[in-house]
Amino acid sequence: MSATLGRLEEWVRRFAVAVHSHRDELTRLDAAIGDADHGSNLDRGMTAVVAALDAEPQPGAAALFKKVGMTLVSTVGGASGPLYGTFFLRVATASGEVTELDGPAFAKALRAGLEGIVARGKAEAGDKTMFDALAPAVDALDAALADGDPLGESLRAATAAAEAGRDATIPLVARKGRASYLGERSVGHQDPGATSVTLLVAAAADALA
Amino acid sequence: MKKLINDPADVVAEALRGMDAAHPELRVDHTNRIVYRGDAPVRGKVGLISGGGSGHEPMHGGFVGPGMLDAACAGEVFTSPVPDQMVEATRGVDGGAGVLHIVKNYTGDVMNFEMAAELAGAETGVEVLSVVTDDDVAVQDSLYTAGRRGVGVTVLLEKIVGAGADEGRDLAAVAALARKVNGNGRSMGMALTSCTVPAAGQPTFDLPDDQMEIGIGIHGEPGRRRVPVAPAREIAAMLVEPVLHDLDFTGPDGVICFVNGMGGTPLLELYLMYAEVAALLEKANVRIARSLVGPYITSLEMAGCSVTLLKADDELVRLWDAPVTTPGLRWGA
Repeated sequence: MSATLGRLEEWVRRFAVAVHSHRDELTRLDAAIGDADHGSNLDRGMTAVVAALDAEPQPGAAALFKKVGMTLVSTVGGASGPLYGTFFLRVATASGEVTELDGPAFAKALRAGLEGIVARGKAEAGDKTMFDALAPAVDALDAALADGDPLGESLRAATAAAEAGRDATIPLVARKGRASYLGERSVGHQDPGATSVTLLVAAAADALA
Repeated sequence: MKKLINDPADVVAEALRGMDAAHPELRVDHTNRIVYRGDAPVRGKVGLISGGGSGHEPMHGGFVGPGMLDAACAGEVFTSPVPDQMVEATRGVDGGAGVLHIVKNYTGDVMNFEMAAELAGAETGVEVLSVVTDDDVAVQDSLYTAGRRGVGVTVLLEKIVGAGADEGRDLAAVAALARKVNGNGRSMGMALTSCTVPAAGQPTFDLPDDQMEIGIGIHGEPGRRRVPVAPAREIAAMLVEPVLHDLDFTGPDGVICFVNGMGGTPLLELYLMYAEVAALLEKANVRIARSLVGPYITSLEMAGCSVTLLKADDELVRLWDAPVTTPGLRWGA
């Protein structure tokens, strides 16, 4: 089964809803090891994204994700603006101006987004960042699709992998971003970026099932 | 939370409205949240822009004016501004000699300014160079951190480099001067209390009445270690010693010594701290050439202070003494 343009937009909208309802949790996680603004910043950005999508229908996947990326870059600030912005801009380029993405094409777009985050943030596995949830999710998606699972089911496997990756950030020492200033004191806290990107993967599983 | 605000969401926009009203010599772009000097762009002069999260006032908007910055981009409280703002500011201050971006080393600031420099090059054709400040000795500079934070030296740099740009130096020379100032400066800060980001509504960290944080940054983030509150004399030593340990400041030209308030500490205490710092420097054979005391790079209402030493020479002292006319620093004009 493939993802139509309407379902792809639904993914973005469900992510906005999830960010809004987890806004305080994201900010609380960020207060522990960062600067207490991840929830409010991302919520402001996704609210602007939904307003932009309401105002103007997008003709294809590339236009849709480019609009999302540029809006996030322009409204979020902090590190999450360039990171989520670059993610969606790379997803846009990899998708192309189509009105439907099949499973492998969607997985390829997600991987391009992940590579964009790596290029922008220079994170590696185990640095206690969003990479630690998103990378295993993209790997799990590829593996499930290779096994012949449909996209919806594969995205549920990806969500489980993201959740495991997110939870595995708790004992890590942060090596990127503001949390890295804490050194050992960052141990015992779940990474806010890994938490929000898990919402992104879960929203895809909901919208594209 | 007790603050002089209306709605937490409007704090930055409303403060910029106040700046605009109080300083007719500046021009404020409220849509893009940029403070410009009123006569920008200055033809033939390298444009200097900086920016960062709000909550550090007077930095950066209060340092806009003749002898210092041409424009400052204001982000949300403790959140980097976005690339659109920096691109717009770059366009607005370019007088034909290029633009220098002054960036404090925080992951968000660096990434947003990086994207801005890429976009500015592509969209405006203006030549842009960037300098990142990273003077905070509290952070280990290693592969395992985001690197040292940009703190107090940023204030001294914006003043000195502003004077250098006024002398008509070209973009490469202005950038080289900025790198020299950053390389010659080191800082260390401490907090007696946390601070409350308006959008969050509660203190960023808990600090019991009898404890203090040594090695804090400027965003209410916890520091290097937490210790019992001590007399000012001992606190001064905890700040000065790591700074002196990191760089040799004993040269004949001395230092510019900057004791900065974090926002919630009165000048009375800052001068008391300055006396302690000066005594320690004398004992360490470090001569003070110039000084600055006051809240210039703050962390909302946090109580505490930081000490910055900048190794001086004739050029840096001359540029420091040059006239400056901004809301935050003003002399000689």
